[in-house]
Amino acid sequence: MSDIKVALIGNPNTGKTSLFNRLTGLNQKVGNYPGITVDKKTGISKIDKDIQAEIIDLPGTYSLNASSMDEDVAVQVLSDTSNENYPDVVVVVVDIENLKRNLFIFTQIKDLGLPTILAINMADQMTLKGIDIDIPTLETLLKTKVALVSSKQNKGLSHLKKLIASYEGLDTAPCFVEQDTVLSKFAKDEKKKHHLETVRRYQFLKNVLEKTYSQDPQNAKDIRTLLDRVLIHRVYGYLIFFTILFTVFQALFSWSAIPMDLIDAAFANLSELTRTHLPEGIFTNLLAEGIIPGVGGVVIFIPQIAFLFLFTSFLEESGYMSRVVFLMDRIMRRFGLSGKSIVPLISGTACAIPAIMAARNIENWKERLITILVTPFTTCSARLPVYAIIISLIIPEEATLLSFNVQGLVLMGLYLLGFFTAILAAAILDQVLHITSKSYFVVEMPNYKMPLFKNVAYNVIEKTKAFVFDAGKIILAISILLWVLASYGPGDHIQQATEVVQQNHPSYHDEVLQAEVASYKLEHSYIGIMGKLIEPVIKPLGYDWKIGVAVITSFAAREVFIGTLATIYSVGNAQESTIKERMRNEVFNDTKQPVYSFATGVSILLFYAFAMQCMSTIAVVKRETNGWKWPLIQMFVMSGLAYVTAFIAYQTLS
Amino acid sequence: MTKANTIADLQRGERAIIKSFFELDVPLKLMEMGCIEGNYVEVLQRAPMQDPIYLNISGTYLAIRLEVASKILVEKL
Repeated sequence: MSDIKVALIGNPNTGKTSLFNRLTGLNQKVGNYPGITVDKKTGISKIDKDIQAEIIDLPGTYSLNASSMDEDVAVQVLSDTSNENYPDVVVVVVDIENLKRNLFIFTQIKDLGLPTILAINMADQMTLKGIDIDIPTLETLLKTKVALVSSKQNKGLSHLKKLIASYEGLDTAPCFVEQDTVLSKFAKDEKKKHHLETVRRYQFLKNVLEKTYSQDPQNAKDIRTLLDRVLIHRVYGYLIFFTILFTVFQALFSWSAIPMDLIDAAFANLSELTRTHLPEGIFTNLLAEGIIPGVGGVVIFIPQIAFLFLFTSFLEESGYMSRVVFLMDRIMRRFGLSGKSIVPLISGTACAIPAIMAARNIENWKERLITILVTPFTTCSARLPVYAIIISLIIPEEATLLSFNVQGLVLMGLYLLGFFTAILAAAILDQVLHITSKSYFVVEMPNYKMPLFKNVAYNVIEKTKAFVFDAGKIILAISILLWVLASYGPGDHIQQATEVVQQNHPSYHDEVLQAEVASYKLEHSYIGIMGKLIEPVIKPLGYDWKIGVAVITSFAAREVFIGTLATIYSVGNAQESTIKERMRNEVFNDTKQPVYSFATGVSILLFYAFAMQCMSTIAVVKRETNGWKWPLIQMFVMSGLAYVTAFIAYQTLS
Repeated sequence: MTKANTIADLQRGERAIIKSFFELDVPLKLMEMGCIEGNYVEVLQRAPMQDPIYLNISGTYLAIRLEVASKILVEKL
């Protein structure tokens, strides 16, 4: 068995990833290239009975003159022989319908002197579009071997595999020879040189295709014109877009409610089982009170995240997303954003991390930066558990306004608040930031196509997996740390808790005693001390030290807020009550007033709407902006805004 | 000599041949996608407020903003 490395490269929208899926099946994994966040997709494919190939799916790019981080990866891998991913053979995937443009990058790759195979994809369209190709001549002119494939119909793959297996016989000479004399004149002006080079390559390809490619223009009409007429119509276009958006959100919340409830119950049961079936001890406590609820806090988001990725990958695969970008660009630009900012702002409702990474294809640096800075204002799914529980505490379930449920209206209001804050912040940043960059906005409008179920499914599984493991690692670590900090403290207060409480309250017995001991322990644990320390700062917002602890821990991730309060209120509390009931019964130590009053509730909602309570987002902003400047500014502005609005809300309402 | 036309001056459905532009005004990516001298361009649609413009450049379908479109000189067909 010998192993070879194969790189897949090609323009975006050529079905490169479909082909990758066909070749590797489920034998694939997504990782990162060292030091950057570009997804690295690799998979294993059996090429013939003796050869196993490691296939690497390089990011889609139009040329080797990298203009983005993703494209740069492709160049790095192909041009550096010491790169760990340097391939033995390159397969350039092209779309049969736009061969000339697709072959552009082929000529550049051929220059690198690597064994190169040309895979012409979407061959199933040939008869339909009246296309005819003279393969032998094309092979001679391009000095390569050609495989006609259809990843949609699973055709031509065995031929492609045969070509890969015999890669050693491929001609490695360039197919296009540049007359250096002319080019060197412009050597000083990079862009002039690239311009001239582009013209030359296209001239070469024009000659090649004149000899090998023909299309009957009668058959060239497609459904593009028809669908475009409606989908980007100046009135219907917007109506359709907002209807889709509304439906998606409606579906997102009603469909995912059922699995989320199931997961919630399952983890509660698991925690209970652990406590009752494992021998008592530190490890059992850590498992039942720290790790299981912590992991449950991540797993519960899987349904929502998966549905959101399902919708976004469907919209992208079908070619519709580019139309939305086209429709929205002019409006978004008024706020310093780009039409391409729509994608991050929509995906931000699931999670800001993939959303901020999606801002990469915004060419204009200022627009991209503003998008990155305002995306965390959109209501991500991690805010949802905080919102849900606080709303249910401060607004009666039966309250209605014009026959709408008020709880639902408030939740919707918070989503709108997030969105409009993002837009407003963008408009302000647009005025404040003095960055001049050209509006290099180019968006390809791909052919409409029915998304392949397999592609969408892989996409959803991969992205969900990545989210769960990335967020999971942090939350797991935090929940262990939190458990330790809540279970231990300086001095011997914790060990002597029972005696102290018994001395102070000789009449307490059994459950009441246990509850009092638990709360005494918590108050003297490290976390209790930290909470007390910040109490003066958060008191004006209407929070006690326990909420303070939750605010500190949920700096790691917002959803930790509820988990923390659950831990704090549940330690030693033997009564069978839900977290909501415990919160409702909670009173301030000094005044004996309920902690979760209307004023405090509103203050918490506003705080979580604005505060930058997410370490992972800060980390990703740091990576995407190459430094600490922007994430720090973003954190201070967002959290400052959160503090001020929560302060005003509490002081006026209480 | 009539006034020089740019892509921005074309009406929906009009076709033209790309004549010239300054490298500084046009992103390399656009050139690599086929926006080079001698290629044809057809305006398929304009978004509300005329911007961006949806084009077919030599078989490649793409949209660019008015700002760049107004820098690319063309000759109407």
